[in-house]
Amino acid sequence: MLYFSRWKAIGTVLTAVIVCLFMVPNFFPEATVKTWPEWAQRHLVLGLDLQGGSHILLEVDVNDVKKQRLDALLDDVRRTLRDAKAGYQGLARRGDSVEVRIRENADFPAVFAKLRELSTPLGGLAGGTGQRSLDVSDQGNRLVRLTVTSAALNERIRQVVEQSIPIIEKRINGLGLVEPTIQRQGADRILVQVPGLGDPKRLLDLLQSTAKLEFRLVDMSTSAQDALQGRTPADSEVLYEGKGGTRTPVLVEKQVLVSGAELTDAQAGFDQRTGEPIVSFRFNSAGARKFAEVTQRNVGRPFAIVLDNGPPNGPEVLSAPVIREPILGGSGQISGNFTVQSANDLAILLRAGALPAKLTPIEQRVVGAGLGQDSIDKGKIASYAGGALVVIFMLVTYGLFGLFANIAVMINVAMIFGVLSLLNATLTLPGIAGIVLTVGIAVDANVLIYERIREEVRHGRSAIAAIDAGFSRALATILDSNITTFIAAAVLFFIGTGPVRGFAVTLGIGIITTLFTAFTLTRLIVATWVRMVRPKTVPI
Amino acid sequence: MKLLRIVPDDTKFDFIRFRRISFPLSALLSLLAIGLYFFHGLNFGIDFKGGTLMEVQAKSGQADLADMRTRLADLHLGEVQLQQFGGPSEVLIRLGQQPGGEEAQNEAVAKVRNALGDAVEYRRIEVVGPRVSGELLSMGTIGVFFAIGGILIYLWFRFEWQFALGAMVANVHDLVLTLGFMSVTQIDFDLTSIAALLTILGYSLNDTVVIYDRIREMLRRYKRMPMPELLNVSINSTLSRSIITHVTVSLSLLALLLFGGQAIHSFTATMMFGVVLVGTYTSIFIASPILIYLGVAANRGSGGMAASAEDEAADVPVAVAKPAEPAPSAPESGRPAAPPAAAGKSSARRPTGRPRR
Repeated sequence: MLYFSRWKAIGTVLTAVIVCLFMVPNFFPEATVKTWPEWAQRHLVLGLDLQGGSHILLEVDVNDVKKQRLDALLDDVRRTLRDAKAGYQGLARRGDSVEVRIRENADFPAVFAKLRELSTPLGGLAGGTGQRSLDVSDQGNRLVRLTVTSAALNERIRQVVEQSIPIIEKRINGLGLVEPTIQRQGADRILVQVPGLGDPKRLLDLLQSTAKLEFRLVDMSTSAQDALQGRTPADSEVLYEGKGGTRTPVLVEKQVLVSGAELTDAQAGFDQRTGEPIVSFRFNSAGARKFAEVTQRNVGRPFAIVLDNGPPNGPEVLSAPVIREPILGGSGQISGNFTVQSANDLAILLRAGALPAKLTPIEQRVVGAGLGQDSIDKGKIASYAGGALVVIFMLVTYGLFGLFANIAVMINVAMIFGVLSLLNATLTLPGIAGIVLTVGIAVDANVLIYERIREEVRHGRSAIAAIDAGFSRALATILDSNITTFIAAAVLFFIGTGPVRGFAVTLGIGIITTLFTAFTLTRLIVATWVRMVRPKTVPI
Repeated sequence: MKLLRIVPDDTKFDFIRFRRISFPLSALLSLLAIGLYFFHGLNFGIDFKGGTLMEVQAKSGQADLADMRTRLADLHLGEVQLQQFGGPSEVLIRLGQQPGGEEAQNEAVAKVRNALGDAVEYRRIEVVGPRVSGELLSMGTIGVFFAIGGILIYLWFRFEWQFALGAMVANVHDLVLTLGFMSVTQIDFDLTSIAALLTILGYSLNDTVVIYDRIREMLRRYKRMPMPELLNVSINSTLSRSIITHVTVSLSLLALLLFGGQAIHSFTATMMFGVVLVGTYTSIFIASPILIYLGVAANRGSGGMAASAEDEAADVPVAVAKPAEPAPSAPESGRPAAPPAAAGKSSARRPTGRPRR
């Protein structure tokens, strides 16, 4: 056990040194590290609880997705019936379905067949399983029920998550925040982690806005007041302009002339005449052409700029200016009681694009930078204090061998930081606790070895034989006892999130480095000492 | 230099006899803990209960708890708890789960922010909706069971089933007592508590395994030593290690407890109880003696009768009656048994090392 071939010894030392070296970038400012080669840039990432930041778990609003699907289905059914020139009645949503009654018995078979064609095989992940998008059923008495299948709904939710991630990324980048982490989680969730944000509420608002921008004409056929009293034309709806006390109703046509999807750019700025904050925008060529056409035909009429931020507020009219002249250049501006910040935020939202559905925050954890710094300080003090106590105790208990153990433990801790850096792992406050506890485990490995050596000495073995036997017997025990702790750490890694996962990571890595140091380094140190000193008695 | 010896060499405490006290005591404490869990309950944090937790710090001077309390009471947000946290300027605000789903939780936070205004700095805001809290709770519970299961399977492969079973009893005992502790102290039970529980599990097993390892070694070497004595020798010879390791772990934990701050306070307090108090006790007084009842002796190698009459064979009731499984033959079990006559008291100290390599 005490014999080391030269190459094995060199390999051991080299491994330890290289792993330790990986922690070097952590001691330099980020700007310096950026100039190093890529492989040397790996470093520890401070968890949100240490550097401050927001952790927000968003969930796709299933009801919103369902509503969108059913609205679209309603339109499809209406169009199909119109194309088939069939008389119908009672076309409406009922629960999770759309129902319609065909007037004439004679029409029914043909119309039913047409409606069935609305159901298409699902593509994507659900493709190939024979699932279809709709259940179309004959309820008797010429009543047709069309239900969106759950497979189709799930597929749509999956798409919503996929489409939302880049949009969220653009929005957060728009706020000027660095290194956000945006991950899909489960089937219908998105985890957003943004380090160091001053105003978490603003981030939350930005994430929750669906930001669907629409340009529609104002319906002049009747006044908004009359429409509110129940005489709303079929193709129009009453929306509100302004917020709080000064909400004025505006009767707006349902037909969307140009949508926000056709914007290429949006910038916040100030109106040159009034000095008010505004948002100026620019359409892509198709959007510009459509907008030019619409404004040419409707000079003198007001149009409404409608922003839909999803439930609970629904669509709102940002402003309803009168078209004074055709707008041919494809750009324009929105003014509507903005503050500088709200204009800025709207510009960010418009640039990033609309979210396909409403996202609800179901978990948020925000840590201020002040608390983070406090935690770092406290973690440091606790680590130094814990380390010092253990080091002193080991010296007092084992003397020279205690010193060996302390050296091994220090290298061990350095290696933990090295491995953490190598993995770009996240260090959290519980993670620091994990490292402090690892010091306990690492010391235990040495304690097991030394106690075994003490025992072997008592059993009458010579110094070298006792050391040899101590190592060989203790190592099996060290392996067994650490694997159990490792299993607990692994489980914690899989079920935990955020800080807890940080704990599991440091604990797990700590166990591995502990095994490495116990099996090689400590042995090497003691072996070297034995070779040099040729001890007659063991000093422990 | 004179080195510190916390535990003198060659201790000969009769730990195993103590089982007549430790077993009923543990059973009683476990029942008590279970009773506490059901009637006193755990103080579930927002991770598992849902709701809102805000840590605020007055920007100048001390935080006026009474004033904050009245302001927040006016909001009608249901149960609102305020609590001094750390220094006198820091306050922890807890809101219960708001009726009205996920959206309502966020609105409650906005209301509190409005009510408290700019006089305080928001150091931490955590909002956990009803769905997430439910999932976290089930994940946590499943996690603990998976950890126990995983460790058991490992022990079963590495040792024999009796050891795995003994370790499991010890395990569950630790967890139950720790839960009882958390119920008495009303420490916040949240995700970090699950981390603490799993670490306690790992540590306690670590300890148990060290003693089991020694027991296994002794079983191979002294085929005729009566079980209770063999266990005693095993525990005594690893006693020094157990104590020293627990001193070092306690020192680490003490540093965390004193300097680690409020955020991990409940975590370290739980660990202190679980690892230092319960874990050590369990591995010595529960996990080892229970092997007597699980019939480990039945698996001991050849060599005639397991023990002579004077060796309290009565303590091994299941042993002869039911050889449960074929013994996985120890690959390096060395020479046949030590001389039967000497196998009693004296042989423990005689160096009969296994030949290795």
